[in-house]
Amino acid sequence: MTSIRSMKKQWYDYLWIFSLSYLILGFINIMFAWLGLLCFFIPLIIAIIKGTKGYCSRYCGRGQLFSLLGGRFGLSRKKDIPGWMKSKWFRYGFLVFFFAMFFLMLWNTYLVFAGAQDLKQVVTLLWTFKVPWKWAYHGTLFHPGVAQFAFGFYSVMLTSTILGLITMVLFKPRSWCVYCPMGTMTQLICKARSGRNGVKLSS
Amino acid sequence: MTAVRSKRKAFVAQKDCVACGCCVKVCPFGAIRIIKGITARVDMDRCIGCGKCVKECPASIIEIREVCE
Ligand code: SF4
Ligand code: SF4
Ligand code: SF4
Repeated sequence: MTSIRSMKKQWYDYLWIFSLSYLILGFINIMFAWLGLLCFFIPLIIAIIKGTKGYCSRYCGRGQLFSLLGGRFGLSRKKDIPGWMKSKWFRYGFLVFFFAMFFLMLWNTYLVFAGAQDLKQVVTLLWTFKVPWKWAYHGTLFHPGVAQFAFGFYSVMLTSTILGLITMVLFKPRSWCVYCPMGTMTQLICKARSGRNGVKLSS
Repeated sequence: MTAVRSKRKAFVAQKDCVACGCCVKVCPFGAIRIIKGITARVDMDRCIGCGKCVKECPASIIEIREVCE
């Protein structure tokens, strides 16, 4: 029997507002970047505890934002992404690269904490372009290292948003989800959790 | 009850599925699910082959095929 499922919007269908606000807040006060850790830990916790990619299919505001901009706002060519972008080596390679860069960022944060390096008030885009970001730093009660992490983490978030927007325009709205490191990692965790024979694949 | 019957069904190339759930969100019949965070799976009894999921899938790995009943 076929029945139309209720497509009523749920509260979590509006989490794109959170993602959008996050990006805007980073222009106002860089310390808000710390909130981004939620988008990092929640998917991992769901994958580890529940063994699902529930974060991707429900709560991820970034994915929703791309659907909205690429779909409703028509900012996507809606073409197929090239084969190599969905290949395992690219997805896993990007995951490794992304985390290597992430640890480099943590290392730089550590150096500031250790007093071996000064706080750099820049946001690094695409791991290359250093954009002065002084206006969003108003000094803090905390150690400069806390701010360094905020600059670093915001760089990661903004960089991935830019990549996501580029592939959204070129290909399908949520092309980013094909090579999103969080998506790839949570899928790997789910695979590991259910073991090799967890799911029998067809076709 | 005469439900819409069709021989057109969605098929997922499961080894390439990234389990993003985009297809699940758009299916009007709740005919596609993510299994254990690994891959999407189509419920052949519910799928009417409307193709919404095909358009949505960012990896473009779903296709509609004619099936003999
Ligand atoms: S793949 Fe990444 S961007 Fe897409 S829904 Fe999952 S976490 Fe969000
Ligand atoms: S073809 Fe239509 S009914 Fe079948 S799984 Fe895709 S969206 Fe659902
Ligand atoms: S939209 Fe495509 S890649 Fe994403 S879960 Fe569905 S079939 Fe898999």
